[in-house]
Amino acid sequence: MKVTVDPIGCRAHGLCADLLPELVRLDEWGYPVVAPGPVPAELVAEARRAAAACPALALKLRKDERR
Amino acid sequence: MSILPPHRLDLAGHRRRNGVVPWVVYQDEDGRDRLIAAVEAADLRGRGGAGFPTAVKLRAARSKRSIVVANGCEGDPLSHKDVALLALSPHLVLDGLQLAAHAVGATETVLCVHTGSSALPSVAAALAEREDRVPVRVVEVPRRYVASEETALVRYLTSGDARPLGKHPRPAERGVRGRPTLVSNVETLAQLASVVLLGPNHYRASRTELVTVTGAVRRPGVVEVAAGTSPAGVLAAAGGEAEPVQAVLAGGAWTADLTGGWSGIATVYALPARACGLEYTAKVLAFLAAESARQCGPCTFGLPSIAADFAELVHGGPATARLARRLPLLTGRGACTHPDGAARLAASALQVFEADVRAHQAGGRCRIPAGVA
Repeated sequence: MKVTVDPIGCRAHGLCADLLPELVRLDEWGYPVVAPGPVPAELVAEARRAAAACPALALKLRKDERR
Repeated sequence: MSILPPHRLDLAGHRRRNGVVPWVVYQDEDGRDRLIAAVEAADLRGRGGAGFPTAVKLRAARSKRSIVVANGCEGDPLSHKDVALLALSPHLVLDGLQLAAHAVGATETVLCVHTGSSALPSVAAALAEREDRVPVRVVEVPRRYVASEETALVRYLTSGDARPLGKHPRPAERGVRGRPTLVSNVETLAQLASVVLLGPNHYRASRTELVTVTGAVRRPGVVEVAAGTSPAGVLAAAGGEAEPVQAVLAGGAWTADLTGGWSGIATVYALPARACGLEYTAKVLAFLAAESARQCGPCTFGLPSIAADFAELVHGGPATARLARRLPLLTGRGACTHPDGAARLAASALQVFEADVRAHQAGGRCRIPAGVA
């Protein structure tokens, strides 16, 4: 599983960094920077919750290797 | 075979000079396979900037109802090669467009040029001379930098909105009006026609590329050089240096080494020794920031930030630490690679003009009087 951001959809609400600080930090403009690599198994549930909470539905949890 | 003739070729002239596409060789499904295999054997790569293998793109877009889009828009103000090609050798591009359409099984093709492009009359005259297998529609696209990025073209042709769409799905999966779409630069299509007209082996041995050369050269303009020609060789093809040159902006990044072998570069700007590379870069970055489609945060906010950082550098401000932090943030995070390109330009400037960066920081300016760039 990988966390990805839809760059056009993202509106810098920043909830993802609050809910998933292990994998997401915000840049100086408030947009998420996601740690590279697959989501560790113990964080998958947290990542799913963060994706569901994104007001713009721009944070995604994907099975495949696509960016 | 050169792809850029000295004067415009009408259909008869084109056939005399370049020959006739041997359609009979490529008929049927086997023929399509042979056509793509020839493109692969020729190692043809896209001439729109990314250098992606054309055969891979052709295979990906194969479908019974796909669309081929020929991209003749040049958003980069330093590039004129595609307009020159359409103005002088429109039939070679159109032969390539028809071959690409055949290879992917397209029922529709679109040739995109900028609104009011000077190539329009040549294209219209050429189309009137031909009886093509697959109809060609000419579409004028707004003259914005990112409007000719491939997903922006797809979005424009579908909805009239010329902004990049993002990385997925790729146009080959779902493109114009949801149909599999091959987007190919017009020079790539002309090269594809050359592969067929010459045969892949002969093509590979005599492969050339179009380069727009501007700046401190005697004859600025579009030149055709053998693939692998060094930057110095490219400048020589444009009449040589008009005055001492300190560095070249080649394909979006600075280099001071003019000797190495080279391929895939479409634009070269020769910076005169008396101009300041930081000042010039600051201007280009301000342009790139203004041309953002303002869809993605790292581009909307990041590009103006690094443009301001460069303006500050020019005035002796301590922006280097901020740039070191910001530049990596612009890469790989947009719907298209516009921010990546700006970051690459900025990073190359910091490297190539390192001495000037130090001079500006020490004395508020470099060895060059302000305003010369």
